[in-house]
Amino acid sequence: MNQARTNPLNTAAMHGALILYTLIALFPVFVILINSFKTRKAIFREPLAMPDADSFSMIGYQTVMKQGDFFLYFQNSMIVTVASLFFVLLFGAMAAFALSEYRFKGNTLMGLYLALGIMIPIRIGTVAILEMMVATGLVNSLWALILVYTAQGLPLAVFILSEFMRQVSDDLKNAGRIDGLSEYTIFFKLVLPLVRPAMATVAVFNMIPIWNDLWFPLILAPAEETKTLTLGSQVFIGQFVTDWNAVLSALSMAILPVLVLYVIFSRQLIRGITSGAVK
Amino acid sequence: MTALTLTNVNKSFGKVHVLKDINIEIEEGEFVVFVGPSGCGKSTLLRVIAGLEDASSGEIRIGDDVVNMTPPSKRGIAMVFQSYALYPHLNVRKNMSLALKQEKQPKDVIDARVAEASRMLNLEEYLDRFPSELSGGQRQRVAIGRAIVRQPKIFLFDEPLSNLDAALRMNTRIEIAGLHAQLGTSMVYVTHDQTEAMTLADKIVVLRDGRVEQIGSPMELYNNPANQFVAGFLGSPAMNFFPAGLVTEGDDRTMGVRPEDLYLADDGALSVHVSHVEKLGGDTNVIAKLGDQQITARLFGQHDIAEGQSLSLGFDADNAYFFSPEGARI
Repeated sequence: MNQARTNPLNTAAMHGALILYTLIALFPVFVILINSFKTRKAIFREPLAMPDADSFSMIGYQTVMKQGDFFLYFQNSMIVTVASLFFVLLFGAMAAFALSEYRFKGNTLMGLYLALGIMIPIRIGTVAILEMMVATGLVNSLWALILVYTAQGLPLAVFILSEFMRQVSDDLKNAGRIDGLSEYTIFFKLVLPLVRPAMATVAVFNMIPIWNDLWFPLILAPAEETKTLTLGSQVFIGQFVTDWNAVLSALSMAILPVLVLYVIFSRQLIRGITSGAVK
Repeated sequence: MTALTLTNVNKSFGKVHVLKDINIEIEEGEFVVFVGPSGCGKSTLLRVIAGLEDASSGEIRIGDDVVNMTPPSKRGIAMVFQSYALYPHLNVRKNMSLALKQEKQPKDVIDARVAEASRMLNLEEYLDRFPSELSGGQRQRVAIGRAIVRQPKIFLFDEPLSNLDAALRMNTRIEIAGLHAQLGTSMVYVTHDQTEAMTLADKIVVLRDGRVEQIGSPMELYNNPANQFVAGFLGSPAMNFFPAGLVTEGDDRTMGVRPEDLYLADDGALSVHVSHVEKLGGDTNVIAKLGDQQITARLFGQHDIAEGQSLSLGFDADNAYFFSPEGARI
């Protein structure tokens, strides 16, 4: 067992497989990045070549900056993603705490009901959602997107978090009760810090689909002032002509914020794991 | 004055009846130990006293007040848990002072009480450390300190020594006994370990299946057990039980003799076959077969007894206990 673990051949094979996987996963991103810095002709002549003195061009980025209000799109995407994640985590954690901590009639049934959403794609209800948004006057507002994404993320969040919260020691919560902490303080100060790794997992799972989504922005908030980044990039894709420089530049820039958010959450993830290791 | 009175306390979880008509009185300053096998309801009883579980029926009185509807933090109790249950994100000082801050005590009172408790428990140099930086014994002392600073009317201990290793367990046991002598506060202590019960208690409450089997001082329970369960539970090694018919022809009672009351005798009443010998230096434990019953004899001093050998054991008639087939003392 121990020998198998330290066998250099196995180690090499393991690292080889991981490196190969990383290369495959990063390759499309890499191609987008290098091509965003090339002239249109160079993109089609040799898509895999690095930009050189001849083919280097910032035309794509210039177009993106000039056309449309890209910073507004950016801001919209950021607001929608961060606000949705905040609500998913807050309400998901609260529901999970109630389900795992309190004994009440229909507890299991409620848990199952809340988890049902994992199996049913929310897009099936698009027409009904649109009707509701029209009725409440939320169409073309960021709230429409935030509400839908929160609903979309909650089932999985409740499911994962309630599983983790069951593992938080009862003694700790009871010690808090004897010391006179309110249920809210116990939840926010004692339980939430201990399930931080689970929160980070839920955040990462939810963040990327929300950031990349085209469907709901297109249907619920297509107005100029509420466009998200993904929707905004679509202006460069036409039926007959596509401005590839602009599209690639817009996509390159769209990667950055998610990357930053991801780094923040994965830090939390690692910190959570190591703090949990020491009981 | 009575510190705690339980009157006809019952507790059910759904259809499972966990505590059945519990009646206990605890005097001011008394050290009471709830002891029983796992699943007997002793921890649940402690939680009911603490207010972490509601009693299904019955009355709980702390001092002169009925506290059935009082939340845990207002009952004037403090609890020490088996898993320490320290707040992982707070250092030792803040762990100990949190409850006092919740009570809105003035800062100088908090500082004075934390200083006093940490002096008693030798925790002064660890006040700025976090729980994860402490050893098991230190963590348990912090948990005890957290209880002391509240100056409760009753301390509740839920198997506080179970997570400690043997040597530390003994030291901490002595510390708890010293603490009780120093503070003079009533303490309720739950354990499944009969040694802890015998050494710490002024009064032992033996529980089985949610019922009180017997209440009394350690020596009362040891010398005068009410039934076969109590007789078998207290004392280590446990009391030997065998059909009295093996000694007196035609007797259908169960006879009980403590291992320490057996001695080697040439014409002893019990002829046994040695199956195992434990030599402890000061004592020799002989585990033997009496027919198909297992018998343990604790012989003082060192004896040269081999496995497989036949042996004759005697006892004084005064030291024999008799029980009916249902387990009641006769």
